[in-house]
Amino acid sequence: MSKTVKAIVIAGNGTNCEREVAHACKQAGAEVADIVHVAELLAGRVKLKDYHFLNLAGGFLDGDDLGSAKAGANRLLHARVAGSEQSVADQLKQFVADGKLVMGVCNGFQLMVKMGLLPSLDGSFTQTCTLTHNDGGRFEDRWSYLRVDPDSPCVFTRGIEGLYLPVRHGEGKFVTDSAATLQQLEERHLSVLKYAAADMSPTMEYPANPNGSQAAIAGICDPSGRLFGLMPHPEAYVHYTHHPRWTREELPEEGMGLWLYQNAIRFIREELL
Amino acid sequence: MAWRIVVGLKDGVKDARGERVRREILEHLGYQLKSVRTLDVYTVDAALSDNEIEQAARGPFSDPVIQDVAINRPLASGFDMLIEVGFRPGVTDNPGRTAKEAIQYLTGRPFTAGEGVYTSTQYLFSGLTDKAVAEKIAKDFLANGLIQRWTILAADDLDPQTGVPVSVPKVISDSLPQVQSVDLKVSDEQLLEISRQGMLALSLEEMLKIQQHIADPQVVAERQKVGLGAELTDVELEALAQTWSEHCKHKIFAAKIEYEDENGNKETIDSLFKTYIVGATRDIRKAMGENDYCLSVFKDNAGVIEFTDDWSIVFKVETHNSPSALDPYGGALTGIVGVNRDGVGTGMGARLIFNTDVVCFASPFLEQELPPRLLHPRRIFEGVVEGVEHGGNKSGIPTVNGSIVFDERFAGKPLVYCGTASIMPRMLNGKPCHEKQVQVGDHIVMTGGRIGKDGIHGATFSSEELHEGSPVTAVQIGDPITQRKMFDFLTIARDRGLYNSFTDNGAGGLSSSVGEMAEDTGGFEMHLDRAPLKYPGLQPWEILISEAQERMTLAVPPAKLEEFVTLANEMDVEATDLGMFTDSGYFHCLYEGKTVSYLAMEFLHEGVPQMVIPAKWQPQVLSEPEFGQPQDLNGELKKLLGRLNICSKESVVRRYDHEVQAGTVIKPLVGVANDGPSDAAVFRPLLDSFEGVVVSHGICPSYSDIDTYHMMASAIDEGLRNYIAVGGDIEHVAGLDNFCWCDPVKSEKTPDGEYKAAQLVRANKALYDYCVAFGVPLISGKDSMKNDYQIGDTKISIPPTVLFSVIGKIADARKAVSMDVKRPGDLVYLLGDTFDELGGSEYYAEHGELGSQVPKVDADSALKRYRALNQAQRQGLVASCHDLSDGGLAVALAEKAFAGGYGIQADLRKVAAPADLREDKLLFSESQSRLLVTIKPGSQEAFEALFAGQSCSLIGEVREQPELLVTGLQGQALINAPIEQLKAAWQAPLREM
Repeated sequence: MSKTVKAIVIAGNGTNCEREVAHACKQAGAEVADIVHVAELLAGRVKLKDYHFLNLAGGFLDGDDLGSAKAGANRLLHARVAGSEQSVADQLKQFVADGKLVMGVCNGFQLMVKMGLLPSLDGSFTQTCTLTHNDGGRFEDRWSYLRVDPDSPCVFTRGIEGLYLPVRHGEGKFVTDSAATLQQLEERHLSVLKYAAADMSPTMEYPANPNGSQAAIAGICDPSGRLFGLMPHPEAYVHYTHHPRWTREELPEEGMGLWLYQNAIRFIREELL
Repeated sequence: MAWRIVVGLKDGVKDARGERVRREILEHLGYQLKSVRTLDVYTVDAALSDNEIEQAARGPFSDPVIQDVAINRPLASGFDMLIEVGFRPGVTDNPGRTAKEAIQYLTGRPFTAGEGVYTSTQYLFSGLTDKAVAEKIAKDFLANGLIQRWTILAADDLDPQTGVPVSVPKVISDSLPQVQSVDLKVSDEQLLEISRQGMLALSLEEMLKIQQHIADPQVVAERQKVGLGAELTDVELEALAQTWSEHCKHKIFAAKIEYEDENGNKETIDSLFKTYIVGATRDIRKAMGENDYCLSVFKDNAGVIEFTDDWSIVFKVETHNSPSALDPYGGALTGIVGVNRDGVGTGMGARLIFNTDVVCFASPFLEQELPPRLLHPRRIFEGVVEGVEHGGNKSGIPTVNGSIVFDERFAGKPLVYCGTASIMPRMLNGKPCHEKQVQVGDHIVMTGGRIGKDGIHGATFSSEELHEGSPVTAVQIGDPITQRKMFDFLTIARDRGLYNSFTDNGAGGLSSSVGEMAEDTGGFEMHLDRAPLKYPGLQPWEILISEAQERMTLAVPPAKLEEFVTLANEMDVEATDLGMFTDSGYFHCLYEGKTVSYLAMEFLHEGVPQMVIPAKWQPQVLSEPEFGQPQDLNGELKKLLGRLNICSKESVVRRYDHEVQAGTVIKPLVGVANDGPSDAAVFRPLLDSFEGVVVSHGICPSYSDIDTYHMMASAIDEGLRNYIAVGGDIEHVAGLDNFCWCDPVKSEKTPDGEYKAAQLVRANKALYDYCVAFGVPLISGKDSMKNDYQIGDTKISIPPTVLFSVIGKIADARKAVSMDVKRPGDLVYLLGDTFDELGGSEYYAEHGELGSQVPKVDADSALKRYRALNQAQRQGLVASCHDLSDGGLAVALAEKAFAGGYGIQADLRKVAAPADLREDKLLFSESQSRLLVTIKPGSQEAFEALFAGQSCSLIGEVREQPELLVTGLQGQALINAPIEQLKAAWQAPLREM
């Protein structure tokens, strides 16, 4: 493989944010950012192993009809790639084992959690957490302050203290299966992002915490820090005109969301190429 | 056998959905319940093993972290009353379809015909023991009897072993396909009876025209050649009824109108549409000459204008009023996904970039008893908002602009305007992308969803008032995901050049889509039996006119057919070859090889007789109210801010994803706390470019009660000044008109038809006059002319309402302007004169008055103002800009101040107005074409120079102190209110919706 960073964004069956995620990857320096329909993966024409950075973008896989991303997870786990006995999930496990990066945003985060890719505390890909209906019972679009855990192994958030990003979801309340899982997430610094009040302290207060997530968790990573999922949308703040108050505040050209993609690409250049 | 899989939350997990239902039952119906919990039920009717069911239940159907599952046994316990709500047979069940697909992935085995999964929801109530109350909750809140059914069980009624009895809502039909012929050699009365009985909505004149056509010996001879008799088949009569419906043919806008004005001057208008709408655009385009940016107007599913050198913008706005009256959720959802197909199905295909939605309701807090079949406005509000939410959010299309307009008469029929914009490349494979042409020999290919009985007679139903016999099959539920999959497929097919033309299946179904496309070639031959059905038992005529959603019809050349179908299959989209486009001159349908329709294309498309409608304008005798200026103008302002037409719609806006696609530069909510009311949206569709699309609208039905001419003029001006406020370019802008009227044809049912028709004429005259004056071409539009409710003696007609949507561009989105004040010390300018124009205003309405002096638009001075403002914006002089509309100057000042988080001091003595105008009128007049601008003090000279010779008044400044201070004509403090109080008054009414 040449010295080019190759990102893939999976599309199809209700994924909506593929274009802006691919744009963010490019802005952050990826030489390749391919939008690939899941049918191409299932037909075997495109293979995950040819990429370094897998993006699972926001949207409503299968309408979230069986609960967010449930039917989508089922497809990746069980549908066979044409001419093989492998599922896309099998390719994905190999991708992870190869030390590559995965970021799931919103519906992509829900998909990772429900496939057991996150937090994967023991590396076994069994589901231990979930994302469920907001406490308010409704979809909401609003911007949130996010505090970053500085001690997290997450490669995407290195050097970042806080973020301001939009959340746009109806099922974003983070819940663990047990107090023990939550404790591990916290102790191992895997609960990377937390909804924060204006003073950047984690909060359970609505609307700063828009959904009632346990421990105000907005995003988590796996112990390696290379798999990362978050409900807020970093691809929706890569330029100052994305910011809701850009007409009244002095803002740098680049938006905060871009930092996450830049970190990913820097990591790939340093570790994977 | 059928299985019931029940899924519920584990103990201790918060049931947000149940809690919301409990809260809403209290708000809607006034019942205080202890708790409500919810369970999901999947009824699986398929040949599966125990193990496979177990896998499905524990796999895709449930979440192991928070849910428990039971198979063929109840999960419910610890409740007083259970209500289970499921769909009626044949109603679109999206989760059921997804559940079926999930099982197929698990087993690797497709379901066989007739197998299916059906979903329902169980509600468990504590604190509810009265079955009559449970019935009311089911009927009036949880379910819609038109599409859903329910089971009510008290705790004791539930079998602890088996739970709620299994019931499979499968469509069972033993009716065999059959073509009936219709004898039209009957009396006039019987002809009308045939039309009524068949829900055909054809008038006597139209029935006579058909009778005469079929009696023609030459027609009979041609029919015999293809094996048809001398009588029309039901397939043919239905095809004629769809094609000739008001909904499809716009007979009122095409009619000959005999108009008489208030002075007795008479004129004949041969088609309002051609005279005023097409006429305006024709004249404007001629005047623009080489600078004409219109690419495709009126002829396609949507209008197309230039955007950049490489891209064009496509825009369309539809209404979906009648279905939303019966099923608000399904109606609005179908409206959105339907207009999306128009946006995609224009030219060779476009990519959707945003939605707009404007809705008109009665007050959700209405307390009076409603006549039969009308749903409470609160239910309509909730259902429509949820439909818009799902339609946009699930499809990945941001909803960036909209309004909610309130008037009690919208209880008779709510208005739901759904707009959508898309972009397409200027050129595709070497040809202009906005053009398309079917070729003789192309295959008729239908893609997307399957055909069922849904939406049958939708086109003819919306061409009538809402009445007792309004058909339940007219109700449909959209499926954004099936549609999204189809669009993903069509984009690839377009770029590979796999089809020559396409259009969507909306009103009239295949009958309309194939019939219209075949106008390119002059005929077609279609095999109705080849169409994929949702379930057996449809009659050939039903297949032809079903409005089942998520379908597009394409013309695929023979050489590309195989590649087209293969690609579709791979992308999990159904594509079926139904026949061929020909030049036979006939609308030719077959069923199992036998001809079932053979209508001359010319008769079908040109045969409908032109209506003649009388119209007589007589201005209403109205006067100005006599109340004096109130003492407490702070109080008056707060009351106005809290009026439904003015107050914050934030609770609704937040439910719509307005940022997906990452292009929304000016969002619907702006300001220091992200909650101020934006005038218009700016959207950047190309992420590597700063060229922006600007969209806005104007709508002011309250002025119609005085004069629809000025209503129309004001709507156009409001749309344009919202557009200008954010920085839209007045030299590159287009309009779309959507008329929603009450029946304007004089008849026994509509004795005041002549007046209503004259209102229509006057609105059209203003449309022409002001579009031409502003130089704004109309590129598309739609009318919905039967917005009345009539059952028994009760008739409710909506106020004549036109939505004027505006779309255009801003060369650099980084120059866009928001409405919130930016910093203390900035100067506040009022652009435009204020007159004694409070007729139809919110201020008079608050006092229970209509008045007579409706706002009038001076287009010449407005256009100068808008051009100068564009200049100022481009030069970066404008810190904020907000239009003055409902509630006038005082409301605009308040909104600007609290959105920006600073106070404003303003002086009424500086306002350009007639000297004797009362202070309350200065504050609340709704004179048009006015804008409030703030600028940095250093920009004063440059700004004022741009407006030299125009009405441009420095009326005050932005202040650190967070108060709105308005000085009266005697120099006294007229208004002095903390902005937090004003904001609270503005946010209160709909905060909890």
